[in-house]
Amino acid sequence: MGTIGGTLKNMDKPLLLVYFLLVAAGWFNIYSVVYDPESFAGFSFATRYGKQLVFIGFAILLAAFVMISDLRVFTQFAYLYYGICILLLLAVLVVGTEISGAKSWIKIGSLSIQPSEFAKVATCLAFAKFVSQPSLNMKQPRNQLRGALWFLFPMMLILLQPDAGSALVFLSFVLPLYREGMSGWVLVTGLVAVALFVAALLVNRYVLIGFIALVTIFLIWRNKRSVKNIALGGLLFLVCSLYTLGVEYAFNHLSAHQQTRINVLLGKEQDIHGAGYNVNQSKIAIGSGGFWGKGYLQGTQTKFDFVPEQSTDFIFCTVGEEWGWAGCTVFLGCYLFLLLRLVKLAEKQRSDYARVYGYGVAGIFFMHLFVNVGMTIGLLPVIGIPLPFFSYGGSSLWAFTLLLFIFIKMDARQRNL
Amino acid sequence: MQRSTVNRASVVAAIFIVFVCIYWIRLFQLQILDERYTLDAQSNAIRHKVQYPGRGLVFDRNGEILVYNEAVYDLMVVPGQVDVDSMDWNFLADLLEIDSAGTRERYKKARSYSRYAPSVFEKQISKEVYGRLQEYMYQFPGFYVQSRSLRRYPQPIAAHVLGDVGEVSTEEIKANPYYKPGDYIGKNGLEKYYEEALRGRKGVKVVMVDVLNREKGSYKDGLYDSLAQPGESLFTTLDIGLQAYAEELMHGKRGSVVAIEPSTGEVLALVSAPSYDPNLLVGRIRSRNYGELIKDPQKPLFNRALMSYYPPGSIFKLPQALIGLQEGVIGPNTGFECDKTLIGCHEHPDARTLAEGVRMSCNPYFYQVFKRIIQQGKNPSIFEDSRIGLSRWDEYMHSFGLGIRLGIDLLGVKGGYIPDTAFYDRFYGRKRWAFSTIYSLSIGQGEVSLVPLQMANLAAVMANRGFYLTPHLVRAVGNDSLAAGDTVRHYALVESKYFDPVVRGMYEAVHLQKGTARRAEIPDIVVCGKTGTSENPHGEDHAVFIGFAPMDHPRIAVSVFLENSGFGGTWAAPLGSLLIERYLTGKVVREELERQVKEFTIFERDAEGNIIGPPAH
Repeated sequence: MGTIGGTLKNMDKPLLLVYFLLVAAGWFNIYSVVYDPESFAGFSFATRYGKQLVFIGFAILLAAFVMISDLRVFTQFAYLYYGICILLLLAVLVVGTEISGAKSWIKIGSLSIQPSEFAKVATCLAFAKFVSQPSLNMKQPRNQLRGALWFLFPMMLILLQPDAGSALVFLSFVLPLYREGMSGWVLVTGLVAVALFVAALLVNRYVLIGFIALVTIFLIWRNKRSVKNIALGGLLFLVCSLYTLGVEYAFNHLSAHQQTRINVLLGKEQDIHGAGYNVNQSKIAIGSGGFWGKGYLQGTQTKFDFVPEQSTDFIFCTVGEEWGWAGCTVFLGCYLFLLLRLVKLAEKQRSDYARVYGYGVAGIFFMHLFVNVGMTIGLLPVIGIPLPFFSYGGSSLWAFTLLLFIFIKMDARQRNL
Repeated sequence: MQRSTVNRASVVAAIFIVFVCIYWIRLFQLQILDERYTLDAQSNAIRHKVQYPGRGLVFDRNGEILVYNEAVYDLMVVPGQVDVDSMDWNFLADLLEIDSAGTRERYKKARSYSRYAPSVFEKQISKEVYGRLQEYMYQFPGFYVQSRSLRRYPQPIAAHVLGDVGEVSTEEIKANPYYKPGDYIGKNGLEKYYEEALRGRKGVKVVMVDVLNREKGSYKDGLYDSLAQPGESLFTTLDIGLQAYAEELMHGKRGSVVAIEPSTGEVLALVSAPSYDPNLLVGRIRSRNYGELIKDPQKPLFNRALMSYYPPGSIFKLPQALIGLQEGVIGPNTGFECDKTLIGCHEHPDARTLAEGVRMSCNPYFYQVFKRIIQQGKNPSIFEDSRIGLSRWDEYMHSFGLGIRLGIDLLGVKGGYIPDTAFYDRFYGRKRWAFSTIYSLSIGQGEVSLVPLQMANLAAVMANRGFYLTPHLVRAVGNDSLAAGDTVRHYALVESKYFDPVVRGMYEAVHLQKGTARRAEIPDIVVCGKTGTSENPHGEDHAVFIGFAPMDHPRIAVSVFLENSGFGGTWAAPLGSLLIERYLTGKVVREELERQVKEFTIFERDAEGNIIGPPAH
């Protein structure tokens, strides 16, 4: 078993370094949130930072287990794990414990686990296994759709909890799908649809339709002005306009309560104490950080009361407040490095399985960063979703660790060959 | 092929880079471009000052003020900003005129709640203390003064209707996250029922504070501020003059007065005696006074008008007569001999008509009426027959608003009790009871009981000749006039035409010889009334009177219930008539009667003739 030493040697050092950096920084942040200079009575495992330290300990054990175990433990039984997670997701709908409005947790004794976190790992493994079958031509839309079903199904189940944030993460599998041959137009259409959706609610309908008309004319003008192109342009204009009007119509038929929520998210209505409260507090906290931040443990806004969910979903506020723009730059830099490194290593993989899986991991991390940070800086609606390695909580930390280290193991195995 | 896949990797990488850059720029905007507002972490702090809206005012039906607000000040503390060791705690205690030993305790309590959210350090400090304190505030970083308002009552009346306002309890905070420790909430009466409208909506002002505890102005030009929304005014249906007069008359008595405008269901006056001065339950003195009131054996906090179950006595004969007419078992000219072997009665000639039966309140007469209602011979078994009769009778009674909870806009209102077949089946067993078992219901004794509000509502049904509108105390909240539900006419199951002979009897009871409510007669006003004496096994009987006036186009219906005050005609009827006189004419000419009613008391008097018993205003 000289392979253990070999594995260690072949592990991608930069990834490993970023992982430990993020986990350590995350823990110090949680410590800062809970820290209270006057009532500090020594270290305690009953506090959140104490528990998080235990979680981190287990996470490292988990990582070590992944590294010494045979990779086939994961790849061979991917469909089985997927099946188990689907069963758990079904079970959670029935026997789940409700925490802040969503039935996402299963309580076993004193331990609560969140199946949706592990479903990410299992889905990633199973999806990669399916897509990487040599007999499958992923250029065919029919096969792309079959691949998509692998993540759309758990996504539906999670939406039923309802946990929109975790469900959203599964959309990140569009990235590996794109990499494997899905038309780029799907990405573009998706982005345009989202942009038009938001614009339809924010902008006056005539202005918006006028804008769509201008874009259409521009596209026709830039391309060959053939009858066919003009007809296509007209069709594009028609579809986009009807879509925006449809969105507007649907919005006006929502209940007043739902309308308010959406309006607050879009910044159209000020509701400081209602739905918009968290975001406002979060922006104050981050904004008050300035360039260099207030210094470690010096934050005043991000403790206890002003920002709710401080150690979980809004942990990024502490980074912004105590470390300032400089700290945020380092933080975003680390993350970007992690993402780009994952893409780079994925491209290097000789096994299709490992490549698809690597893209899946990158997509999931990206989606978490995108949604979580976007929410705290007021660019996206408030959707509860953890910031990988930073947010307090065992389930998410273990799931992210598992996700990452399975890929590191794949990569190391390839180098070992 | 190779080229296209490499491109795809680049596209994915580009997506990552673009979005991270967007966030990076956004953070730059939040943290750097807004720098002119950004706090210097070393010397400044942000303070979230809650802006408390003024609680809504309460008016009577003529726009006279019943409740207003008075400004007071709370000294707040943000424990995280306090310079615990270098601050002069004794000096602060001196300024506040409090025990210096307690200041640290208060600080610790505030700290245990939160280091960064403000807590109340000292509640409701006076203007003088506030003035002195203001000069030295710079010595107490972390402390600031917040203005609050307290309820004030220009006249010490209507305590049970208006209710009171107190600090939120832990349970209330748990139940509704709008409330924070130290907030006020309606605890009783209209204050509780209309809490959401009255309280308005808190605002928040984010201000910057420097090391000298001076506010440096609003944070980010008020970007995160929200304005407090003042509470909405309540326009009640009470008549402040009538309410005050009713409370004056009820002084020294125990019981209840309710007056309703029959055509609208608007409550003109609602008294539960003994009462208390609502100004006692305000601010710092609230908890001490509340403790005393709750220990008072006369139970002044208990709203008898809505919650006290009383046997109605002879006023119950009115619905009995109406049901008899509607069922066709008696007619307006039905007469019955006053046969005291059936049921006890006072000395009076036999009633030859229904109106005479009501006028003289003949017990055997209504024994016969009730017997005919209950035992109509629809079933050969007298048990089954009584069962059929009683269940039909129940429906009638409920249609008068008896035995059901009237949806008045106060909490805790009770429905009284009208026994049903299920009750007797349970009590005696099926087929083991008949009319002979339940005959005392005929004269409003036995298992039946009403709350005073229902008695007044019954008077309103009589006044309207057949319907009532749910009694209510508020006409409009802010600009919204009252809910549609309050304008629905609830019709009794008795046709309007059958009311005439019974109302005639009520007229005779007041205005003709042998009438039981003769003392309710008012010169120049045609009053209809009915007295009752509710038998009380525990002591002196209770006196009841319900009535309305004028007989045609009635404007007021009243119920008077006086505990332990003997015959209804003696004190309850004149008291009710004084209220009618006062409301309809704006004055009282029967001064001698007024004096007697005011002097009558069921409590003892001391050597100077002052009433000892209920708390005086």
